[in-house]
Amino acid sequence: MFVGFLYELRRRRISVGAEEAVALARALTLGLHESSLDGFYQVARAILVHSEAHLDDFDTAFSAHFRHIDVEAPAIAQELLGWLRNPAGRRDLSAEERAAIEALDLPEVLRRFEARLREQRERHDSGNHWIGTGGTSPFGRGGENPSGLSVGEGGGGKGGALKTADARRYRPYRSDVVLDVRQIELALRKLRGFTREGSHRELDVAGTIDATARNAGELEVVTRPPRRSNTRVILMMDVGGSMDPYVQLVSRLFSAAKRATHWRELRTYYFHNCIYGRVYKTDGLQDPVRVRDVMAACGTEYKLVIVGDAAMAPYELLGAPGYGEEGKVTGVAWLHALRGRFERSVWLNPEGIDANPYSTVGTIAEIFPMFSLTLEGLGHAVKELVAGGRRRRSTRPSCLAGK
Amino acid sequence: MTEFRRFRGTPDYLTSDSLEAAVNCTLALERPLLVKGEPGTGKTLLAEAVASSLGVELIRWHVKSTTKAQDGLYVYDTVQRLYDSRFGDGDVRDIRRYIKLGPLGRALAAKERVVLLIDEVDKADLEFPSDLLHELDRMRFRITETGDEVVAAERPVVIITSNNEKELPDPFLRRCVFHFIDFPDPALMQRIVAVHHPDLSDSLIEQTLRVFFDIRANPRLRKRPSTSELIDWIAALKCAGVAHVRLDRELPFLGALLKKEEDMATLADQLAGGKTFRS
Repeated sequence: MFVGFLYELRRRRISVGAEEAVALARALTLGLHESSLDGFYQVARAILVHSEAHLDDFDTAFSAHFRHIDVEAPAIAQELLGWLRNPAGRRDLSAEERAAIEALDLPEVLRRFEARLREQRERHDSGNHWIGTGGTSPFGRGGENPSGLSVGEGGGGKGGALKTADARRYRPYRSDVVLDVRQIELALRKLRGFTREGSHRELDVAGTIDATARNAGELEVVTRPPRRSNTRVILMMDVGGSMDPYVQLVSRLFSAAKRATHWRELRTYYFHNCIYGRVYKTDGLQDPVRVRDVMAACGTEYKLVIVGDAAMAPYELLGAPGYGEEGKVTGVAWLHALRGRFERSVWLNPEGIDANPYSTVGTIAEIFPMFSLTLEGLGHAVKELVAGGRRRRSTRPSCLAGK
Repeated sequence: MTEFRRFRGTPDYLTSDSLEAAVNCTLALERPLLVKGEPGTGKTLLAEAVASSLGVELIRWHVKSTTKAQDGLYVYDTVQRLYDSRFGDGDVRDIRRYIKLGPLGRALAAKERVVLLIDEVDKADLEFPSDLLHELDRMRFRITETGDEVVAAERPVVIITSNNEKELPDPFLRRCVFHFIDFPDPALMQRIVAVHHPDLSDSLIEQTLRVFFDIRANPRLRKRPSTSELIDWIAALKCAGVAHVRLDRELPFLGALLKKEEDMATLADQLAGGKTFRS
């Protein structure tokens, strides 16, 4: 019965499996949905969805799958569809009339639909209350209502039938990257390092026994700091413009990095083309943060990963924005500053690193060790981040000399 | 078909249909409930409400960045035992004296059904949720030092809250019932405020809500005020005997709503119609 719906969800990359199916079946057997579609929506959502990022997908899948709902016994549905066959013509509504039609959210529509279904006994056309055709009630066929529910098959009305469950309130929570990020995750997993630091909170049993024995049996407790992951990563990503073709690739890296649970800290920032005085906290380039503040807040042990195609007009790299408090500092100087601040940093280039038409790529590759954003390149980059260092502190490009 | 007591909220805690459905799924399916949502939307309070509506004990486990899964089960106090062996206090051979059950351990060892709140699970180390999987699934664990096995007589109701600081592993999510607490709409907010401040006049409720939602609507705020901050703010207004509030520069006790200096500046900017200079 709902198995088709589960496959609809899987098509939308909500990972539901046998476990969820069994749980849902049990919930329905226990009558948790109180035998209503409304209840089913709530119960299914609680069991099948595991992240707010998927709520939007769930809503769209739900409305797509249950668009032609038959709520109660098939006989009633048959009778209802009978009334709706051969729809009466639709009235043309004026703007005022249209505004007067009540807009409803999905649970409300479904609730009313059920109630109406219980009351209705015959066919209605061109009305605003019963389930019928050519009217403005929220239910029926070939009618007009901004949040209506389409019942029965055949040409829908004008923009009427409800296309989205619950007006898609969860759209902002989508992350949209449910692609296979596992390979990237595995590559990033190597980027970890354990250290013992901080307060002595752990009893070193072996050490204690050793010390006690040396102490001629007098108890000598030895403690040590617990061993914990100490990898802190800063991820800066170029967005927009020439990076658009790589959106998917970069977002895969991003979600893998976010899921990399073995890091102590991950900071992500965005920039466009080249880094000047500020980077941004959102990919819409909002919430600016001063690069100086980032450098001050993060110790040299942070690992800096910059993702970008390094393709820009030369003046973007060698020039300065000319406005703002640090307007005279060139892009290349900022890159040097970042490279100088952090012991280990890499630049990942989704365009690859050879045969690049942009001259700026070479310049940047002189500052940062540059790797292509492929699985192989990522592996090398991780190696550089773990073992490498500022071996080749590059010289300033010749065009800047003498400034 | 087994009957169980359905959760319908409590007089002090208002719920929505979807939240009730999620809680009832948790009760019926005996799976953990994972609650997410903006800070201050009452995630932690939910556990209290569930416990009080079921009339059972609530065991809290506040997770910190240093919390380990093992701490929740039991701690073996080696140091105490070593000292006792040295100074001869008590029977050192009885290891059980040095086993201290943690919150999860106590919930599983309880004779009756209890509600276990695992608060802010995302604060902990990465492996933490994975390490809990087996215990939450089977509701039993073994104390290695003694060989004893603790098996839950009644599966506890487990409520887990997360602030989304880290993503939780898929196998963990798979076993949970999930609910995302929406930010309340003005109508629900009005009822929530009425629950907390029943003696407040209607006009003041309306004014405070208008101001509150106006402030929240500003997209530039770093930290938008939440329900708990609104409740605190109204409490402050009541104490000071303020009868009228209006969104302007003299808004009293603004510090109860906005917690960041930048947000204060942003609001001042909004009130000036975006004309003030921002550096």
